[in-house]
Amino acid sequence: MGVSITNFGRSGLHDWMIQRASAVILAVYSVFLLGFFLTHPDLQFSEWKALFGHLGFRIFSLLALISVCAHAWIGLWTISTDYLKATGIRFVFQAAYVIALFVYLVWGIEILWGV
Amino acid sequence: MLVSVYRYNPETDKKPYMKDYQVEIPEGKDLMVLDVLALIKEQDESLTYRRSCREGVCGSDGLNISGKNGLACVTPLSEAVKGGKLVLRPLPGLPVIRDLVIDMSLFYKQYEKIQPYLINDQPAPAIERLQSPEDRAKLDGLYECILCACCSTSCPSFWWNPERFVGPAGLLQAYRFLADSRDTATQDRLANLDDPFSVFRCRGIMNCVNVCPKGLNPTKAIGHIRSMLLHKEI
Ligand code: SF4
Repeated sequence: MGVSITNFGRSGLHDWMIQRASAVILAVYSVFLLGFFLTHPDLQFSEWKALFGHLGFRIFSLLALISVCAHAWIGLWTISTDYLKATGIRFVFQAAYVIALFVYLVWGIEILWGV
Repeated sequence: MLVSVYRYNPETDKKPYMKDYQVEIPEGKDLMVLDVLALIKEQDESLTYRRSCREGVCGSDGLNISGKNGLACVTPLSEAVKGGKLVLRPLPGLPVIRDLVIDMSLFYKQYEKIQPYLINDQPAPAIERLQSPEDRAKLDGLYECILCACCSTSCPSFWWNPERFVGPAGLLQAYRFLADSRDTATQDRLANLDDPFSVFRCRGIMNCVNVCPKGLNPTKAIGHIRSMLLHKEI
């Protein structure tokens, strides 16, 4: 059984582990943000900016962003190989989400390091 | 009682259709679905279905019974009849040969893929390969599978990828040999399961567990295979 060239990791196990690990990172990130909002009831732009000014939080945000991309890649790849049986349509779909995720990633880095 | 049966003869019918039969059910008895099929066959000889042992051992009369996969011979009407009506269809997801008979080639191909036999590279002992009672106990809940295909044909992942996803039945058997202390091919077996489809198409929805007429748990076996793969890699 060969590995498909369009899937994310090196093997099924790899994809599966990345899927789980990225889910945990995203959960922790969401809980952190939720906690931040709850402890800052009337949030000002300066506080928001200070949060993102912190290098640790920027790294954490980048990690979450990469997790979103990896998680979405694996999930969408799975869905496309389940439901899109015509090779041409499947390829166009896969190319579209790979490009979209790449754009989000670069754009996200630009935003994070632009503040 | 009204029984609606899926009929399709590729030689004469353009499309499959549902045919209704009125069946007299003897009073005071909880017949099995297979008995009802026999009664219909008396009315209409052209109806085709598989059966053999009629007691849940051979695994040949798997059907979709009022929406749920099961063996006709061990499913009583009291469980199967919904709203006074019994609906019988072939197991879903595999090609229909005729009426309730499906082509199970892909199911068997997946079974073949996991090498469902003991592999041992040591010289054979004079009498037999011994196993401790504890090691033997690890095969309980695995060896009982009768390959009826009720589980794999209730699994959406198997419907969408029957050529590439081994399916619950095959994976239960894969684990049966992975767990066997007398088998020496564990690493090769694991290496053959590591691709994105064979095992990892399982999303754990447990339809297989819900329908298995032998009360087996393929989802649990798949979980064990995953952790074996994980231990091998880490
Ligand atoms: S695991 Fe159960 S449902 Fe699946 S083939 Fe074996 S006996 Fe049938």
